[in-house]
Amino acid sequence: MGINGESKYKSLLRFTTAGSVDDGKSTLIGRLLYDSKSIFEDQMEHIVQSSKRLGKEELDLSLLTDGLRAEREQGITIDVAYRYFATPERKFIIADTPGHIQYTRNMVTGASTADLAVILIDARKGVLEQSIRHTYIATLLDIRHIVFCINKMDMVDFSESQYYNIREQLKDLTLKLNVGDAHYIPISAKYGDNVVVPSTNMSWYKGNTFLRLIETIEVKKKSYSLDPRFPVQTVIRPLSEEHHDFRGYAGRVAGGTFHKGDNVVVFPSMLKSKITGIVNMGQNLLEAKTGDSVSIILEDQMDISRGNLIVKDNELPQTGQDISLMTCWFNEKPLRAGGKYIVRNYSNETTCVVRSVNCKMNINTLEKETSDINIRMNDIASISIRTAQPLVYDPYKKNKITGSLILIDECTNETVAAGMIGMEYE
Amino acid sequence: MNINNEHLKELENEAIFVMREVSAQFEKKVILFSGGKDSIVLVHLARKAFWPAKMPFSLLHIDTGHNFEETLKFRDDLANELGVDLIVRLVQDSIDKGKVAEETGINASRNKAQSVTLLDAIDELKIDVAVGGGRRDEEKARAKERFFSHRNEFGQWDPKNQRPELWNIFNGRKNFGEHFRVFPISNWTELDVWQYIMSEDIRLPELYYTHRRKIFQRNGVYLAWAPFMQLKPNEKVFETNVRCRTIGDITCTGVTLSRAESLEEIVSEIAATRVTERGGRYDDMRSEAAMEDRKKEGYF
Repeated sequence: MGINGESKYKSLLRFTTAGSVDDGKSTLIGRLLYDSKSIFEDQMEHIVQSSKRLGKEELDLSLLTDGLRAEREQGITIDVAYRYFATPERKFIIADTPGHIQYTRNMVTGASTADLAVILIDARKGVLEQSIRHTYIATLLDIRHIVFCINKMDMVDFSESQYYNIREQLKDLTLKLNVGDAHYIPISAKYGDNVVVPSTNMSWYKGNTFLRLIETIEVKKKSYSLDPRFPVQTVIRPLSEEHHDFRGYAGRVAGGTFHKGDNVVVFPSMLKSKITGIVNMGQNLLEAKTGDSVSIILEDQMDISRGNLIVKDNELPQTGQDISLMTCWFNEKPLRAGGKYIVRNYSNETTCVVRSVNCKMNINTLEKETSDINIRMNDIASISIRTAQPLVYDPYKKNKITGSLILIDECTNETVAAGMIGMEYE
Repeated sequence: MNINNEHLKELENEAIFVMREVSAQFEKKVILFSGGKDSIVLVHLARKAFWPAKMPFSLLHIDTGHNFEETLKFRDDLANELGVDLIVRLVQDSIDKGKVAEETGINASRNKAQSVTLLDAIDELKIDVAVGGGRRDEEKARAKERFFSHRNEFGQWDPKNQRPELWNIFNGRKNFGEHFRVFPISNWTELDVWQYIMSEDIRLPELYYTHRRKIFQRNGVYLAWAPFMQLKPNEKVFETNVRCRTIGDITCTGVTLSRAESLEEIVSEIAATRVTERGGRYDDMRSEAAMEDRKKEGYF
């Protein structure tokens, strides 16, 4: 958007940023929006006025992202905030998340929809516990691309050796956590070095600026979901004269590609059929790809309802009642071992009981704890559940949609946990 | 019908997915319809999501009584064409019943009073979900909003204690008397909306295109003039070529000086603009957290 004027974007990139108070995350985003001319005049006027009122000497670009009254007063980010900007190359959705350990759940939320994670490192301090935590959460949610911004380079005299020291530490970490694709950029968010404009203070750095990198990085969004999966959201039956016999299964393709004529199996009934039509408001399509919202028409009249999964007949999902998963706990009420919860994966819902807590992760040190396995808010743990009805699923590493679930408290209806099926920390 | 633009296609897919989740998870469903472009886009997406069946929503208009005439006709025609129920509730009725006091003075607006009428309608009609066209790019409190946003039995929003929303699993479970607000186009920007309207060839009220109108200037914003509006001594009404960038209550909707006659011209105008669309919304200028405060009370 904005002054660049170009209106045809190539693609959409969703990224998340994690950072703690004072490591310059909000400033980086503010700088990105400011230098790419995505801040509008009236927003700028607000920032100028607020900076003055809060007694700041310089313009505080973080005021752009901290939207709630309490956040602005306390100078902290409490909840995920979404920001949007675009360049002629790409459109971006930023999930800006707080980085403190007590906001792990917000980080997990922001990371769940991201293709790429940006992690800020303070150049003066190097790799801290929080850097380990942020990287771990990104890999836990299976974000394949991580950009490490070594920030505040201005406070270490733009030192090349300091940058390389930190980079080496990070490389060890990414190896240990098996990060698919890691990038490192020395920046100063406050002064704009290497954010949008190449730094004149760090001529030793020959790589891309931050903006250039996220504009051009090729994101492997769909590579992990090749097996065709179609969770049914609702059944469309108009019963009108014109479309009397129309029966469409409405949903969004969660993996692979479905074609007209494909042989399919419907879970959990395991009944077989064939796709005779794929429609999108009057358009008859020959195929539907991952991410497409369509209606699928099958050859046979079958009992199919919300929560069922349509798959291609040669690549079947797993099914079972005893499931192991990594979970992040979201609620103030701790996990009750032996407790009953509602479990939802994609559009399917059933009940489950937590059979065991296998271990708790210390996400600052990456060590497993087996002595204290009481799971409280923001804890990450490996648990085993048993479900009332069998779940039809894929491992999270294979498919984020059929491999993820949430737990819901039966009394309060709150979402109390997020789960990644089959994820284990080795 | 043909969206060549990859990011628009992804936004449409997401919005249709959300619409279908709403239909599956709730009983009494309405789309909050103002006659503005965002709610018109919502209606279009709902049609697409359930085609060839009729959309499972009624349209609910909370009418301040301070309308642009054209939008009312547009509203009635659209509901007719779709064959869906149109429910209208009047802010004037809430005022007459003494439930909300009419603001007085120069900047008087019924914008805030809409929350009272809306919550009464939700209660009266046993509505358990109201789908709205709010977008996160509009305003900083809205940037914190969920797709599925829980409201307690008083209709209030608790921004500091929102349900986490992961992947695309939406939890719409609630207790009796509570309801949800759902925002399918949360991730759309103003430019996305206009590009989508263009690529889908969606019909809009003429107000969005250039036309002659009597206007006046207040605090740097051009406002449409209407007979019931009070003017300050130095404010002069004049007629010129304008278009609306947003359409809401006439007392607080700014207009833009523009000669844009086509969607193409509007898209180029929006792409080059340096002021946000709510920059012309008088209701947001009242205080830094004006929107957050109104939303907590039950506003859209």
